[in-house]
Amino acid sequence: MKAQQLKIALRNCGVIDPEDIQDYIANEGYLALASCLSGPREAVIETIKKSGLRGRGGAGFSTGTKWEFAAKPESDKKYVVCNADEGDPGAFMDRAVLEGDPHSVLEAMAICGYAIGADEGYIYIRAEYPLAIKRLHIAIAQAEEAGLLGENVMNTGFNFKIKLKYGAGAFVCGEETALIKSMEGNRGEPVSKPPFPATKGYRGKPTNVNNVETFANVAAIINRGADWFSSIGTEKSKGTKVFALAGKVKKVGLVEVPMGTTLRELVYDIGGGILGDKQFQAVQTGGPSGGCLTVKHLDTPIDYESLVAAGSMMGSGGMIVMDEDDCMVAVAQFYLDFTVEESCGKCVPCREGNKALYSILNKITHGHGTMQDLDRLKELSAVIKGASLCALGQTAPNPVLSTINNFYDDYVQHVVDKKCRAKKCRALIQYRVVEENCIGCGACKRACPADAITGEIKQKHFIDQEKCIKCGACHQKCKFSAIAID
Amino acid sequence: MTCSVNQQMINEKIVEICSEFKNDPDELIAILHKAQGHFGFLPSEVQQAVADQLHIPVSKVFGVVTFYSYFTMEPKGKYPISICMGTACYVKGAEKVLHEFESKLKIKNGQTTTDGRFSLNTLRCIGACGLAPVVMIGEKVYGGVKPEDAGKIISEYPA
Repeated sequence: MKAQQLKIALRNCGVIDPEDIQDYIANEGYLALASCLSGPREAVIETIKKSGLRGRGGAGFSTGTKWEFAAKPESDKKYVVCNADEGDPGAFMDRAVLEGDPHSVLEAMAICGYAIGADEGYIYIRAEYPLAIKRLHIAIAQAEEAGLLGENVMNTGFNFKIKLKYGAGAFVCGEETALIKSMEGNRGEPVSKPPFPATKGYRGKPTNVNNVETFANVAAIINRGADWFSSIGTEKSKGTKVFALAGKVKKVGLVEVPMGTTLRELVYDIGGGILGDKQFQAVQTGGPSGGCLTVKHLDTPIDYESLVAAGSMMGSGGMIVMDEDDCMVAVAQFYLDFTVEESCGKCVPCREGNKALYSILNKITHGHGTMQDLDRLKELSAVIKGASLCALGQTAPNPVLSTINNFYDDYVQHVVDKKCRAKKCRALIQYRVVEENCIGCGACKRACPADAITGEIKQKHFIDQEKCIKCGACHQKCKFSAIAID
Repeated sequence: MTCSVNQQMINEKIVEICSEFKNDPDELIAILHKAQGHFGFLPSEVQQAVADQLHIPVSKVFGVVTFYSYFTMEPKGKYPISICMGTACYVKGAEKVLHEFESKLKIKNGQTTTDGRFSLNTLRCIGACGLAPVVMIGEKVYGGVKPEDAGKIISEYPA
């Protein structure tokens, strides 16, 4: 049987009108909040703990336990924060939830507020998501109007206000301590933990930070019970996970599957297989913090522990499928380029180490690498992982390590043979005229921006390697397969 | 850089924006968002005015402005030109397209023309790799752009 999607976090997306609270209410909306408010707050935490829900931002910490930590300290003020700073390139799970079902997040934040004893919540959202911001504003206003947020919620005496805070384009602000720094109007630089935000967070007060998708699961758990939720998934990873499936698969887009679904099921059953029926090469999970998994990992069940054991991680839900035409060394370099740009610069291992990793990769993709460089990549990666202050640095070498481990031959080929199998690294390829196919039409010559091609009409043409800038224009223009890439 | 808006106008606007946020330094990022929305960019005069109004060092404001990629200290042109330098576009000659725009507009990547009409920037990927190389002017996307198209595209935008 083919694997099926199961929608919990995305249950209302595309089903209800996100700008009309009545639609949400008609779909069990705010029922969970009402039932929580009629009981003790400890019961709420107990239910979330028992459900086995874990943080969907990537780290996978138990949500109920996190709430318990924030509930414990006595304080005149506590905060609930929703992390909507979705910065992974190619991931848009949170945007879909916020745009399609904003009330599910608001309701869950209020439930969390009740559970930990907070009366104020903030959604830290990217300024690049204007539609999500607009819909959140509408949703907050409608919920306050209906007495479901604000003062004296549902006449129970519970107060809970939600406000928005905007990010300004910094990937590191997805890390919770950096996020709190940013909320306070500072540079988004992480601080060492402890103290954890649960004891000393926003404005020095106990603060609970959860990801959008985590919150999107909460009301469903309260309504259907912890046992229902924990019956879905694997032993340690319960429920479902939303992925942004992209790259070389036939069907791209957001998918939500039960934990324990295998990568093969996701790529072939749900994604419909590889585009153009090419050879599957790798699947990248976890964005710049994750790794590239290969054919031998296709039957790995998707859960927090299995993905880490395979050398990647769950991450927030980016899932990029790559085929035989992708160069894994170049992919590692692409992610490192991202990390180097997004490192906040506070701690040396991340700031300098990743730059050094990047320059070694650059050397390799340009054909100047040595075998020692491969050892150096591994050594340096270990230092960066061990010595960086926050998760950005601690996970930044993962794309490098996972590609070295799973595609070692590709690295060796770049270093020893000075060749790129996927023909992606421009310094390592050559365009050549296949004489028996060339009819001398001159299309390549006209397309060449560097005047590197010579030859008379109806004569065989020739590419001057000294002049060739390897732009590929000739290869594209030739209709007779007379330009080969070596 | 010549300042097109005078200091007094800046101060008045910043006082207005800051008071909207109760002069709370915690709201610095929100204030900068609003100020950039109004002025189009955040020159040092604006940063100084914000610092004065919130009673925080201007170095802190500068630190925040330079940390976040959303904030810019360079004025954008009336028609901001963005050239995609994502992998797909790069391979298909985006660099040459950039050079052609640079020479036609007589500015470098990251700069704005003296008449304020055009600014030129590169970006990582706009997710339109099938159309590579891609150039965006404002919200409009141009696909399959060749270097020789630069002049024609520019002429679509009157002064």
